[in-house]
Amino acid sequence: MKKLLSIVLVAVLSLTLFVGCGDSSANGNASTTWKIGGIGPITGDASVYGIAVKNGIQIAIDEINEAGGINGVQIEYNFQDDEHNGEKAVNAYNTLKDWGMNILIGNVTTTPCLAVVPLTAEDNMFQLTPSGSSTEIIKSDNVFQVCFTDPNQGVGSAQYIGANALAQKIAVIYNSSDVYSSGIYEKFKEEAANQPFEIVAETSFTDDSKSDFTVQLQQAKDAGAELVFLPIYYQEASMILTQAEAMDFHPLFFGCDGLDGLLTLQGFDTSLAEGVVLLTPFVADAEDERTQAFVSTYMEKYGEVPNQFAADAYDAVYIIKAAIEASGATPEDGYSAICDKLVAAMPTITVDGLTGDGMTWIATGEVSKDPKAMVIENGVYTNFQ
Amino acid sequence: MKTEKKKTGTLFTANTKQLIITYGMVIAAYLICEICILTGNMSNQMKGLLVPLCYYVIMAVSLNLTVGILGELSLGHAGFSCVGLFVGAAFSISMQDMITAPYLRFFLAILIGALAAGVIGLLIGIPVLRLKGDYLAIVTLAFCEIIKNVVNVIYLGKDSAGLHISAKDTASLNLEETGTVIIKGPQGISGMPSDANFTIGIILILITLFIVLNLIHSRDGRAIMAIRDNLIAAESVGINITKYKLMAFSISAALAGAAGAFYGHNYQTIKATTNNFGYNMSIMILVFVVLGGIGNIRGSIIAAVILTLLPELLRDLSEYRLLIYSIILIGMMLLNWSPKAIEWKKGLAAKFSGKRQAMKEKKHSEKGAQ
Repeated sequence: MKKLLSIVLVAVLSLTLFVGCGDSSANGNASTTWKIGGIGPITGDASVYGIAVKNGIQIAIDEINEAGGINGVQIEYNFQDDEHNGEKAVNAYNTLKDWGMNILIGNVTTTPCLAVVPLTAEDNMFQLTPSGSSTEIIKSDNVFQVCFTDPNQGVGSAQYIGANALAQKIAVIYNSSDVYSSGIYEKFKEEAANQPFEIVAETSFTDDSKSDFTVQLQQAKDAGAELVFLPIYYQEASMILTQAEAMDFHPLFFGCDGLDGLLTLQGFDTSLAEGVVLLTPFVADAEDERTQAFVSTYMEKYGEVPNQFAADAYDAVYIIKAAIEASGATPEDGYSAICDKLVAAMPTITVDGLTGDGMTWIATGEVSKDPKAMVIENGVYTNFQ
Repeated sequence: MKTEKKKTGTLFTANTKQLIITYGMVIAAYLICEICILTGNMSNQMKGLLVPLCYYVIMAVSLNLTVGILGELSLGHAGFSCVGLFVGAAFSISMQDMITAPYLRFFLAILIGALAAGVIGLLIGIPVLRLKGDYLAIVTLAFCEIIKNVVNVIYLGKDSAGLHISAKDTASLNLEETGTVIIKGPQGISGMPSDANFTIGIILILITLFIVLNLIHSRDGRAIMAIRDNLIAAESVGINITKYKLMAFSISAALAGAAGAFYGHNYQTIKATTNNFGYNMSIMILVFVVLGGIGNIRGSIIAAVILTLLPELLRDLSEYRLLIYSIILIGMMLLNWSPKAIEWKKGLAAKFSGKRQAMKEKKHSEKGAQ
């Protein structure tokens, strides 16, 4: 009996291996439609961002396909989950390659993105990340960004605070386990040395301890901070705002694009966010036609207000469209040749998108667009002067 | 009765036969995969999964040594692996210029990773193995979290003056302009040379199996199992409890460390989080061991392979993937371990092999029960 069981188990094992062998690796090269792959977390802690990106891309692709595709060629779309984990991101990338992907939009978050970039560089696959903002990501030639790099946001914030003389004494609360947050913080601190203000308190937290911020806030309060700089995501920021209110601490709160989403957070008293200033490329309340059309489509399809990640993803598809049109690449070229053509075309194009007018790229992959400073007044974003 | 038949009927004892099946299964899987790769029949997805598969197999087999053979529940296995990974990977990165032969460097990295994890395992084991059952499980769980948090505050950099270490931030490393940061605190370690491949993984699995299976069938292994089965009886016949417990525990830790170092060289950047090298991962590996059968080494291998492949093969289901995975996991556990299911399988097996004996026995016992 035992022997029989062993044989059955061995057979099962071999079979499982053969399942993988079965898919012949359709060398992914030539296809007749554009196959755009996306990777991001759609389960787990960071799923808010991944789902937003997934939906943003879907809307843009539906629009383009309805209008006849890129140069008359339709787009196919496949989005894979990476669970915000480097190992799973690599698996997702390999799955997409089997599917025959020509162009990758991903990853949504920085850490998994860093795991995938060496593979796309080796394969010479064009990669455009909607929201991976670390400078490490764009070290390879084949990778471009839609969002600002972290250093840009850090330097930009420091300069903005200095130039507008918003405060003399500044406290920083950042997430040291997050590449995004600590990347901004490091550059902010460097630039602060050249600015007419002083950092009086620097405190950090990690992903494991992001529910109680009273210690950090108390430190900022004791140091007499007039402005608290929050280069973090909105979930933690909402807790900081609530806890600051509870301890009767009312400085000016200043954040980056990660704070976008604060007003749509469920169960959060938005009156606490009054007066928060943030540098962000996208606001859902903007008056222009493009943004309004996007927001209403998104609301209709997915029942919520899109955040900046969705907007970045939506722009990413149109950027790819512009680059393909400029380069004359076709899906028949195979992904490596497409990548060469698109990389050459990227520095030459200018795209007007939801997250900025006249976006341009330099060959290293960094985007150039202006951040907008917004202040929350009466529950809506308004331009900050 | 059965075993006697085998002993007289064939060249090998039942034991040797089992060993051959275990090793043969790994080698056969390796050959099948290699043939698929050579003939171009393997998908990129599978190719990318081969190294993680080897890693999880080694992890499951080595944890089975603690859980199945020593009989102690450890939830800190990912912690040992994490030690091996960071030590081994840091070694490789800093020695990249000095040792240019990749295989030699990789071999040394794995060895150093294993040693580091083994020593930590020994140190942890001395106080911890005085505890039993649930208490031990909780302490090892805490240990795993400590390792994760310690790794998350270390900053390590390299320049022409040597290695710099700090627990504050990158700036306090005082690196020269040309220096590179190897471990960046909570952002993990990056810049590992990609030395890991499937063949090395299979060799590591075979070495692990060799160590674990030989240990089990040695005098020491029997002593360890005696401790598991009855501590007081084992002590009364003069078995040195502490020595054998520590032996099993630290060997298991060292193998996890070797696996970690191996895994680290497959990715450019790795960060210790709850899912990666935190308690979630420890529990996942325990799940492999439990599904495969506590104390059953071959079962661990199979369970690790199936449970690692499953979520990837279910990718077509998109959002429902992890839900379905969990349901299948529950189903598999029930099918494998519920008494009714075992009875049913026995009946089925007896039918297939044409022997009615098991059935008869079952009927007999049922009659007896009535």
